[in-house]
Amino acid sequence: MSENIKNISDTASDVPFIKVENLSYSYENDGVPSEPALRDISLEIREGEYVAVLGHNGSGKSTFAKLLNMILTTDKGKIIIDGTEITSSSMTDDDMFEVRRKVGMVFQNPDNQLVATIVEEDVAFGPENLGLPRDEIRKRVYSSLDMVGMRDYSKHAPHKLSGGQKQRVAIAGIIAMRPRCIIFDESTAMLDPLGRKEVMSIIKRLNRDEGITVIQITHYMEEAAMADRVIIINDGTIAADSTPRDIFSRVDFLKSVGLEAPQGTELIWELRKDGFDLPDNCVTDEECIAALSELFEKTLKGKKDEQA
Amino acid sequence: MLSDITLGQYFPGFSILHKLDPRTKIISSIIYIVAIFVIKNVIGYALLILSALTLVFISKISLKVIIKGIKPVIIVLIFTMILNLFWTVGEGEPLVQWWIIKIYIDGIYRAIFMSLRVLVLIVATSLFLTYTTSPRMLTDAIESLLSPLKKIHVPIHDFAMMMTIALRFIPTLIEETDKIMNAQKSRGADFSTGGLIKRAKALIPVLIPLLVSSFKRADELAIAMECRCYRGGKGRTKFVKLTMKLSDYVFMTLIILFLAAVIAINYLPFGLRVGV
Repeated sequence: MSENIKNISDTASDVPFIKVENLSYSYENDGVPSEPALRDISLEIREGEYVAVLGHNGSGKSTFAKLLNMILTTDKGKIIIDGTEITSSSMTDDDMFEVRRKVGMVFQNPDNQLVATIVEEDVAFGPENLGLPRDEIRKRVYSSLDMVGMRDYSKHAPHKLSGGQKQRVAIAGIIAMRPRCIIFDESTAMLDPLGRKEVMSIIKRLNRDEGITVIQITHYMEEAAMADRVIIINDGTIAADSTPRDIFSRVDFLKSVGLEAPQGTELIWELRKDGFDLPDNCVTDEECIAALSELFEKTLKGKKDEQA
Repeated sequence: MLSDITLGQYFPGFSILHKLDPRTKIISSIIYIVAIFVIKNVIGYALLILSALTLVFISKISLKVIIKGIKPVIIVLIFTMILNLFWTVGEGEPLVQWWIIKIYIDGIYRAIFMSLRVLVLIVATSLFLTYTTSPRMLTDAIESLLSPLKKIHVPIHDFAMMMTIALRFIPTLIEETDKIMNAQKSRGADFSTGGLIKRAKALIPVLIPLLVSSFKRADELAIAMECRCYRGGKGRTKFVKLTMKLSDYVFMTLIILFLAAVIAINYLPFGLRVGV
């Protein structure tokens, strides 16, 4: 089922920012390697792309993200980020520092990412670590808070914010380091629907307006639908790599890798199975609604004609 | 219930005390504590009360808050009083003598003034260090004051970072404790009846999940910090800079003058002398 359809989005450049070659990884249990979490993965991600990585629990998608940011390291296979081979054995601590400066990561639990007792000081944490001068830190802190719409909360204590607000602060903390790529490792999983919406709109804006490469690890189909490109990881291998439209219209395939299509798409898929005349490429809610209401109108019209 | 702990809480504001450099406040409170314990003369105690009231006044912190902060230490105060009242052996005849209890007039004086010392100590240090100074400022100040020790390889930055994180997570952990307690209550756990041992035992199913989740948090936080390029104090700059202003020097001078005055008063030929 593996395939590789090149998708040229208008914001992405042609230079591969991240290049992964034959990457494998196994976790170790008391020195004994267990079942590999990733097997022989190869892919390229260009600068400015918005990639969603999907997969059911334990598929290896989080392992993949952690390897990109050097939280995990392996010598099986190659990862090249912006020309630096981060899997090379000659990587020094300073090289690692540079990689993390370029590739930021936002995690699942917003509480466990915030270090300081005041919002603006937390956002300053990254720039402080980079050793930037005070004026520059100040500038970055406030512009990042503006970008996530949390400027008004700059003097607040993080524990008094809502989950979505905390996650926005965590994102601001990463933006303040001016990374070229941000990995969101299930960053919306612990948020309520409103918080999820806020965070999603920020992610989209970062990609579209700031040109930041976004890799979003998720298991929400609705979120993956917003990406330019969807990569599905199943049992440690790439099961599909294509546009959301292409992937989500293949409901059978999604089910086979333990995922579910967006609700609207699945409804249309079931209706098509029962012989209704519906298009097979509806992914967003709007498209599904349009297709269904068209069907309703047609049926009603047909009934009226019959009666007449 | 767990969320209203006043001791060790910062109240943002713009008073003179708030605006002072945190280092000034730390040094001032040390000098002030010394002053509290060298006082012997009653006139000195009067000066102490006056100074404490002045501090309360200029901090613009409401009296309610201060009284709430004293409440948890009332037992210590009572204990201090009782100890001094019954265990002081004064000169002359005891005032009250009954069974093994002997109360001297000196004992009464000492009970009053020792508890006064403790009271002022608590009010003044919380005014200086917690009510008017944000925890982050405090850790910054401690880091700055102890920085000479870096020369002998004491990991001052690491200590300061640990303190910041501890302070950051106190409310989070309190919230979590509340959640776990409620979860256990909903399954029939009983935290409010029974003797001391029974109650302590009832807390075990709260503490274990709390401990486990704290370790998980610590692990996640460490990874998140590394991802934000943290590598200790090496090459790190500061967002907030501590600067000593004229007002800091003035305040420090006043506190030193206060200490000098208190010592001088101890040598006055008149006034009641109480204390060690």
